[in-house]
Amino acid sequence: MSRPANASTATAGVLGSRGKGGASWRPGRDVLLRLASLVVFLLLWQLVAVVAQDPTVPMPAVVFERIGAEVASMALPHHLGVTLFRVAISFAAAMLIGAAIGIAMGRWPALDRFLDGWLVLGLNIPALVTIILCYIWFGLNDWAAILAVALNKIPTVVVTVREGARAIDPRLMEVARAYRLPPARKFLQVYLPQLYPYLFAAARAGLSLIWKIVLVVELLGRSEGIGFQLNVFFQFFDIAGILAYTLVFAAVVLLVEALVMRPMERRLNRWRQ
Amino acid sequence: MLSVHVREKHFADRGGKRHVALRDLRLSAADGEFVCLVGPSGCGKSTLLNIIGGLDASADASVGLDAGAPAASVGFMFQEPRLMPWLTVMENVCLVCAERPEAAALAGQLLEAMELGEVVDAFPGTLSGGMQRRVALARAFVIEPRLLLMDEPFVSLDAPTAGRLRSMLITLWQRRRATVLFVTHDLREALALADRVCFLSSSPGRIVLEHRIELPRPRDPQSAEIGTMYEELLSRHPGLLAGLGGDAQDAA
Repeated sequence: MSRPANASTATAGVLGSRGKGGASWRPGRDVLLRLASLVVFLLLWQLVAVVAQDPTVPMPAVVFERIGAEVASMALPHHLGVTLFRVAISFAAAMLIGAAIGIAMGRWPALDRFLDGWLVLGLNIPALVTIILCYIWFGLNDWAAILAVALNKIPTVVVTVREGARAIDPRLMEVARAYRLPPARKFLQVYLPQLYPYLFAAARAGLSLIWKIVLVVELLGRSEGIGFQLNVFFQFFDIAGILAYTLVFAAVVLLVEALVMRPMERRLNRWRQ
Repeated sequence: MLSVHVREKHFADRGGKRHVALRDLRLSAADGEFVCLVGPSGCGKSTLLNIIGGLDASADASVGLDAGAPAASVGFMFQEPRLMPWLTVMENVCLVCAERPEAAALAGQLLEAMELGEVVDAFPGTLSGGMQRRVALARAFVIEPRLLLMDEPFVSLDAPTAGRLRSMLITLWQRRRATVLFVTHDLREALALADRVCFLSSSPGRIVLEHRIELPRPRDPQSAEIGTMYEELLSRHPGLLAGLGGDAQDAA
């Protein structure tokens, strides 16, 4: 399992402005570099489209026009909303359940040994198998879809959080015991902060996994959502539609990362200078 | 009135065999008394404090602090400051006390008295070792403890810093009158602080000698009186600090 410190540096750098190298770093230059990177990307895309001259490689302008049309018809907002709802619920469920199991396994070695085999099994079942089984057992409905996504994610959350729970500093827990802290305060102010780096690593990796699995789940058995739409476009070889939905979806992922995850992490880590 | 009786405390496995750390140890302290525990390293001083502080439930021991005293009125200061790095100085002190406005006010006063008024919103990681100990000392006093357990709290500090912390401790103790059990391996420190010094034998630890000190405070560990007392104790009981204490026991 990757250490959380590594995980966070590996995923930083998409929109972040975390200064490295001290003196030479200026915020204005950072933004400029990111803009330049975007422009170069669009230019490359345009170049490929012009050279290919193929209807399966639409130009950027065509795709952006398509985004406008899909937004105007409310189709894209509707499907995006449905998908985001599924992502939110399954993410929350996977984090809560996974963290609870991870903490318990880190805390009690007997439970750890008991559940370890199940965990290895859970980590190695292909996502597709879980999805198919959930649909067969629970029917083609939203709860089966959400359950399938959550089940795919829970084992990796457990592994990461368990590692954090094993690394809990017993000396700080002794302080809480010596001063007879009430259980809630002990958990929230002494125990949980020690898990934050691990919870964030799990959340980061979790979100990026869940975004992808949700689309597969929708493609296989739902009649709404981005994944469903992508399947429809696939049937009609509608590449502009596929790219339009993909771009918007990717933009939303980046926004969530930049506006929710990173500020939250910065706030909780402000004591580390 | 604190009374402690440890019948036996052993560790299941040290180098493959049972290790008895403490056996038949009796200790008592009057209300507001400052007692130092001195002994060689490994004699079970820290173990004893952990038992009294309720951190070690595995020992065969009984600890009695006044019947009326609430359990929450025991303060503990460890060898390291042990502050929560994610909480500010003020939050660290307030962590251990009940959520009442009086408690927050007392926390502010204590930090002010310890010359930490400037850094109440700083995180512990930005403070020096001496400042972190002062925060830990404020945290120990903010609950207005009946009993204060201190496990070599000023070890690994330079002499002036340790001296300053000692005088802050004595000032606070004189004002608040907690019963203090202070563990140290430094006899001069013990003589400078305590009303009474208890010497522990090497393991299994027992109390082999008690020595009462009537000198007025404040006392300087390097002063002539402390020096004389130090020499006298050691000449009368050679091997005392090594915890051998065979003849010391007779003298007691």
